[in-house]
This record gives sequence, C-alpha cells and structure tokens, in this order.
Amino acid sequence: MKEPLLTVESIHKRFTRKPGLVMRGIDRLSGRSSGTTVHALSDVTLSVAAGEVLGLVGESGCGKSTLGRIISGIYTPSDGRVLLDGAPVARARGNNIEKLTTRVQMIHQDPFASLNPRMKVGETIAEGPRVHKLASAGDVRKRVRDLLQQVGLEGAYADRLPHQFSGGQRQRIAIARALAMEPDLLVLDEAVASLDVSIQAQVLNLFMELRRKLDLTAVFISHDLSVVRHVCDRVAIMYLGRIVELASARELYEKPQHPYTKALFASVPTLGTGRAAFQPIKGEIPSPLNPPKGCAFHPRCPMAGPRCRVDLPALKPVAGTATTVACHLNDGGTGIEKGSHAA
Amino acid sequence: MADTVSAPVEARPARFRNFCADFARSPVAVISLILIFGLLFVSFAAPLVSPQDPYDLAKLDWLDAFLKPGTVGSGGYVHILGTDNAGRDMLSAIFYGLRTSFVIGLSAGVLALVIGICLGLAAAYFGGRIEALIMRIVDLQLSMPAILLALVLVAVLGQGVGQIILALVVAQYAYFARTTHGAATVERGKDYIEAARSTPLPTVRVLFRHLLPNVLPPLIVVATVQVASAIALEATLSFLGVGLPLTEPSLGSLIANGFKYIHTDRYWLSIYPGIFLMVTVVAINLVGDQVRTVLDPRQNR
Amino acid sequence: MNKALDVRGLTTRFETRSGMVTAVNGVSFSVERGRIMGLVGESGSGKSVTGFSILGLIDEPGKVVAGEVLVDGQDLRALSPDAVRRLRGARVAMVFQDPMMTLNPVLRIGDQMAMAVRVHEKMSKRTAWEKARQTLEIVGIPSPAERLKAYPHQLSGGMRQRVAIAIALLHRPSVIIADEPTTALDVSIQGQILAEVRRLADETGTAIVWVTHDLAVISSLADDICVMYAGRIVERGPAEDVIGAPRHPYTVGLIGSVPSLHEPGTPLPQIPGSTPQLSNLPTGCPFRPRCPRATDICASEPPIVGEGDHTVSCHHPMEAP
Repeated sequence: MKEPLLTVESIHKRFTRKPGLVMRGIDRLSGRSSGTTVHALSDVTLSVAAGEVLGLVGESGCGKSTLGRIISGIYTPSDGRVLLDGAPVARARGNNIEKLTTRVQMIHQDPFASLNPRMKVGETIAEGPRVHKLASAGDVRKRVRDLLQQVGLEGAYADRLPHQFSGGQRQRIAIARALAMEPDLLVLDEAVASLDVSIQAQVLNLFMELRRKLDLTAVFISHDLSVVRHVCDRVAIMYLGRIVELASARELYEKPQHPYTKALFASVPTLGTGRAAFQPIKGEIPSPLNPPKGCAFHPRCPMAGPRCRVDLPALKPVAGTATTVACHLNDGGTGIEKGSHAA
Repeated sequence: MADTVSAPVEARPARFRNFCADFARSPVAVISLILIFGLLFVSFAAPLVSPQDPYDLAKLDWLDAFLKPGTVGSGGYVHILGTDNAGRDMLSAIFYGLRTSFVIGLSAGVLALVIGICLGLAAAYFGGRIEALIMRIVDLQLSMPAILLALVLVAVLGQGVGQIILALVVAQYAYFARTTHGAATVERGKDYIEAARSTPLPTVRVLFRHLLPNVLPPLIVVATVQVASAIALEATLSFLGVGLPLTEPSLGSLIANGFKYIHTDRYWLSIYPGIFLMVTVVAINLVGDQVRTVLDPRQNR
Repeated sequence: MNKALDVRGLTTRFETRSGMVTAVNGVSFSVERGRIMGLVGESGSGKSVTGFSILGLIDEPGKVVAGEVLVDGQDLRALSPDAVRRLRGARVAMVFQDPMMTLNPVLRIGDQMAMAVRVHEKMSKRTAWEKARQTLEIVGIPSPAERLKAYPHQLSGGMRQRVAIAIALLHRPSVIIADEPTTALDVSIQGQILAEVRRLADETGTAIVWVTHDLAVISSLADDICVMYAGRIVERGPAEDVIGAPRHPYTVGLIGSVPSLHEPGTPLPQIPGSTPQLSNLPTGCPFRPRCPRATDICASEPPIVGEGDHTVSCHHPMEAP
C-alpha cells in the first residue's frame, strides 16, 4: 500500500472555557475549578490515501466538524499530530493559528455564509492564487473563467456579487474557490446539507466528476448516510468524539459491526421502504461536557454489558474484513455470559 | 458534462439603487439631505456667495455695527441677518463659521473613524489580551462625558483648529472602536472569515478586505451621528471660550459673541448662528436615522 | 365525511420589491381524521407558507387573498381574527421547525403548558399541571413530572421538540400543522419523533399536515402526499403511489435524485437549473423550463389528470403503471 497523503495521529481536542475574574477568585477560595472543558475529540487516528474519499459520519457532538477543521488547519489539536505528506498542516502561535500549507482546502456547509457578501465572486476565487503567486496577474482572470466553467457556471459571472446567485450556484463558487488553490486534499463539511434535493444531486455529480478529472483526495463530512454511501470509499463513524467504526463503504453498508452504526442505519428513513419501517435508537445523545464512562454508547446500546460501563473499547480489526471497530463485542465480549443475548 | 450548467443568474436591481429607493421613502430625510448639501455648498463656497469677507478687518466699518436684519449698510447691500458689534455681516460670518464647523466636524469624524476602526478590528480579530486591553480603555473613556474630556484636552493643548480636532478625535474614537468591535465580533464568527483564514490569506488582508467591508454599514450610521456631535461639541467649546477666537469664526464663537447682547434687543447676533447650528445638527441626525432604518436587516425583504 | 381539514383554493400573495408574488397558488387538499398528509417541496415551493396560511399566521407584507380553510366543516377564513385566535391551539395547532418559537425561554415547561391549558379551559392550576404531565407522557417523554419543572434551555433539542408537540396536543386538536419539525434534529432523535407522531395520529385521531423537504422522511411517515412546486400542488396521491410510481416529471426528478436509490459512485439523475424565483415564473406550467418532457403546449395551464386519488397537474405525465 502506498504512503497515505494525510495522517491523523491520535489527536485530542479540548475546548476550555476559562472562568472569569470573579469566578477565579471564588475558585481560589473554595478550591474548586469552575472552568469547563469539552473533549471534542479523543484519541482519533486515521489516514487518507491519495485519491481516496473518506467519509466522516455522526450526529451532533460527535466531533466530525472539529476533526474537519483540524485537518483544514483552522484549529490545531490539543495533542497528537496532523500531517500532510509528513509535514504539519498548521501550528499554534500564541492565541492564533498559523496555517502552513495551501494544499488543504475546505468547503463549508452554508454557501450563504461562506462567501464574502461584499466581494465579487471572481475576486473571491482569484484572491488565494494571487496572494500565493500560483498564477501571474494576467493568468488569474483566465483561470477564474476556466474554474467557473469547470464548476458549471459561466465565466462572465465573475463580476457578480454572491447575493445574485442561488444556493447551489454559490456552493459551486465555493468549490471553485477551493480548487483555485490546486489543493491535494479537500475537506467538505456538510457541503450539500443545506441544498435542496434536486440541487444536491447536481453538486454531488459535480464533485464526483471533478474527483475523476482532477484525481482529488477528500474528507467528506456528512450526517446523511445515503450521500456518504454514494461518494465515499471509506467511512469513519463517530460518536462523542471518538471513531467507533472505520470501514470501506461497501463493507459498512453491507455488514455494519458497531451497535451504534447498526442503530443509525435502522433509524434513518429511506425511500421505498414503506411506512414506519424504522426503529429509532432509544435515549438521547449524551452531552460531550459529561460523557458516559466506559463505552460512550453504552446507555443507549441494546447489547451493553457490565464491561461496557467501565472499560473503554479500543479500535480493533474485525477478523476477515478490513473493518476496525471499537466494541467489546468484537473484543472478548461485554461481560455477559456467552449466549445470554441474541445478536 | 456541460449539462451541469445552471440557469442563468437573473439580474436583480443593484444594491445601491435599492438603498436609494428605500432612503427616499422618508421625505424628511430627503429634505434633510438636501439641506445638508445646501449648507455644505454655502459654507465651502463662502468666499463666493457671502456678501463680505468677515476675516478682512479692513472691510469692517464700526458705523455698521448692530444693524438690524434687512438694513442696508455702508457697503451698499442689504444685511439680511444684520451685523454684529464689529459691523460684520452676520450672514457672511455664519457661512464662514459653518465652514469652520464642517471642517472640524468632518476631519474629527473621519480621523476618529479610522482610529476607531483599526482598534476595534484588532480587538475583535485577535481577541485575548489585546482585546481586553483595547476594550477596557474604550469602556473607561466612554464612561466619561466627551465634553469634559475635550475641555481638559483643549485647556492643555491650547486654542486652534488643529488642537480642537485632536481633542474631538480623542473624545470620539471610542464610539467607533466599540461599534466596530461589536460588529466585527459577529462577523468574525462567520464562515467566510474562516474560509479566508483557511486559504490561508494574510491577516491584514482578512481584516481589511473581508472583515472591514462587512462592518462598515453600522459604522456609517455612527459616523453621521458623530460628525453632528463633533460640530455641536466644537460649538460648545467655542461658546465656553476655549475653542476658536472670534477672528476665526465658528458657529460656536458667533453664538458666544452674540450671547453678550442677548439681554438687549439685539437678538440676531446669537439667534441666527444658533438656528444654523441646530438645523445642521438635526439634519445630519435625521439622515443618519434614515440610513440606520434602511440598513437594518430586519427591514429587508 | 370524515374530513378534519379541508383546504380549497388557498391563495397567498406577498408584496415584494419586485412586485406581487404568489407564494401559494390555488392550493386545495383535505386530510381525514387520524391520517398524516405530507406536504413536500423544495425551497420556494410555498409549502411552509401554505401551513402558515391555514392557521392565519401570515403577516404583512403577505396576505391570504382567496380560498377556504374548513376545520371540522367550519371555515376559518369566514371567522373574525379573534375567533380564529380562539380556535388556534384548541382545534388547530402548529409545530414549528424551531421549538423555541413555541416555548418561552424564561418560563418553566409546566407553567407555560398550564397557561396554555387554561387559556382555552377553565380549571385549577393543579389540574392544568396534571393535564400537562399526562400530555408529556403521551408524547413519550420519560419522567414527565421532572421535565415540567425544567426550563426550555435545560432540555435537548429533541426533547424541546417533543414538548412543542405536546403543547400542540394539549387540547386534542382536530388538526396539527407541523412545519419541518425534525429537520434540525439528529437522525436518531428524528427517528424517535417520527415513530411517536405516527402512533399519535393512529391513537388520538388527530389529522396531521407534515411539511417537509425530505422525501425519505415523508415516505416512511405519511399516508398521503402532496408535492408542491412554485406555489402549486403538482402531484397528489397515496404515499406509496406517489413515491413508488410518480407521474409528474418534477416528482420523478426529485425521487430520482435521491442517492440511496442508485449504485454508489454513479452519476445521479438530476433536475437541471435552479429552484424557481416566484417573482419570475413562466406562463403555464412553472416547471416547464426545467422539464425534460416539456413542449410548446406547456405554456398553457396544465390540466389535472389521473385516476382515483392519484392525480397530477401536467400536460405530459408519465404513463400510469
């Protein structure tokens, strides 16, 4: 197997809210700390090979967007490393984060928020290449036109402002802006989630077409299982800041291993399965401020045993597949007598 | 796959045209705007439109002192608003005074705007200690009356146009800094800023090409109001006798001069400059109000 | 004659900068007791405005200009605004996408529910709290007595939406209009609420109009579906017929563009163009510029064709199966 393009090595991300001046005084007197820390990501390791599209799937609070932002160099991890071809993507400098590469570009969810409303779209696309001298001043105009055409828009639209475009067209412009930097890796954060169904299909087709043409590598973040299945080669399922299952798209959809993955599939309504054919997962998503001990999914898991309440399962390969899963069922059992639960 | 080409973008009316149309919905604001332009014209064209040069002491005649409005003086023309104690034509003095007031108000406003924007943007973008430091100073200053601060500064710096402008800038930049900071804090969290940073674009570029244009609308409103208040502040300083001398008339010093005679029947010496001052300040504020109404996102459909 | 809601020729217009815009254009449909009607459409289709128009919740610059809204046979449009306000909450209720549109952030859940009860029914505060508790139990909220003492911000998004649904249910209304109520929720929570809503419709006999853009959700929830495009209903029928054998080219395109029905990695069939601008609609069929089957005749008003319950408004519908 060839060297992976992107490696994410056991990264953690903690967001800490420092207490205010008054609370710090009270803390000192009482000897407690009122600052809060959210573990947005815990011990996440993965890699993406050149030409591959990796899907990141999970519900709110699972850390998929945080992971995407760390890969894009918008945040830096609290621990661990993110390397693109062996070099770090970004580094922290005091309060600020300095991004070290132009080779990773991100596409945001909401195309109504991700384009500067007061800048002509041609300028939005041309800005990056001009600043980083990827093209000479004369070439930039032509390049903007080419890029607009490549994403299915007319070159003459370069002189318009974002408010003159529909949501789908804006998302195409955001894609053109990312492509203008000639990235090796694209991070798409829910890039089609806010689009209408018919427009979503257009943008997905564009993405697949560009991927073929430009041999793109991408991290595709989405909550939509059917979209991920359609465009991704491998998929990581995340729950409360950890990867619980990492598998090829085919294997994942044919034979999901983790109880959470199975439950997720069962609770998603799909077209053509008829009325009320879904079985929802019980319980609520726990707060990342106060995650359950042991396996974070155990309070909602139909298969949970005593071991799941205390012991954190590690990602282990599943015999006979390329899948890795973090579940005690795959690693010596949940602490219940064998055969006492039906699989 | 050329069939991904989407429907043509329809040409919508330009933003500026919409803005003008919305602005024109208030006749009061339109009248105010016309008034402001009229006042700006007569003040900056004062040497051309005023019957007399009030600075030129040689042209003043003691015999013309305290002429009532509408009297013909020794110059052979009608003193529409009368003359003052030195025989100065009031209308000319007001035009010249208005010019001084506008120059001071506009330059103080623009300077305070630039300084306030830089501080506010820096505070919002960098956060942390820089933000705390800048914003605490701003808060401190906003808790003091501007007039008090300006008085102290003029007392220290001395009289003169430059000194007054400096005093006004120091007294007013804080309003701009706070408004910029507030608007920029909101905009900073938006995706287009994150997109610009993750390209990555240089910080200065993100600040001035992306953040600044999007925090400008609320600043325009503050700027109009602050220009009006700078004019009023300058008039107050001059009225209190720490502003400009009468040889360099501003509306404030004209009022102050006329005030001495307010208990005699020579009302025109202070009333007319007062009316001009009031009309100027109110008109600017009315325009600012309408701009705020139009720019209010809740107004948009 | 079991119609809980009967909407006839509902038309709503908005005054905008670019002139009068018809957001809802002669929409008619009816829902029987205990059934769920799915109102599906993309942005600008007028599906949400239809919901708001039914309840008389359209504000300036919009106005319901025509149509009848019969709830249990009584026309809301013929009543005074005061009378409509009294019926709202009692006989017709609404559930919004954002539950905080219903919930007051500074009141405990129990207090606001009791208040809502006592607006329409005279009873003691204690009885009202008890009724609130029972209603929370009906929508499947665990330990309802404790939730009553909580403030909205102490609940998760899914739990808030359940409370909003419970408030809508307080007076056992004949009709509930639900506007994208699960769109902002996670899939596992959405699944729970959908299962609950289905059960509620079956058990309480409340008719539900479920407004959504999500075909998958509606196909697994609704009995009947109306597909809206540019302010009109273009196709209607039993859910399995509309999803299984769509006849309007727009519905066909919409269903075709859902990825789960296709081999991964293959190009998706797509509807060309953008969702329409209501201020700039073509004559005749509004879908005409994007339609693969369009001909010259489509510039005239499309006829309503079809057998039985399954009808389409189209000059060139797909063959009936």
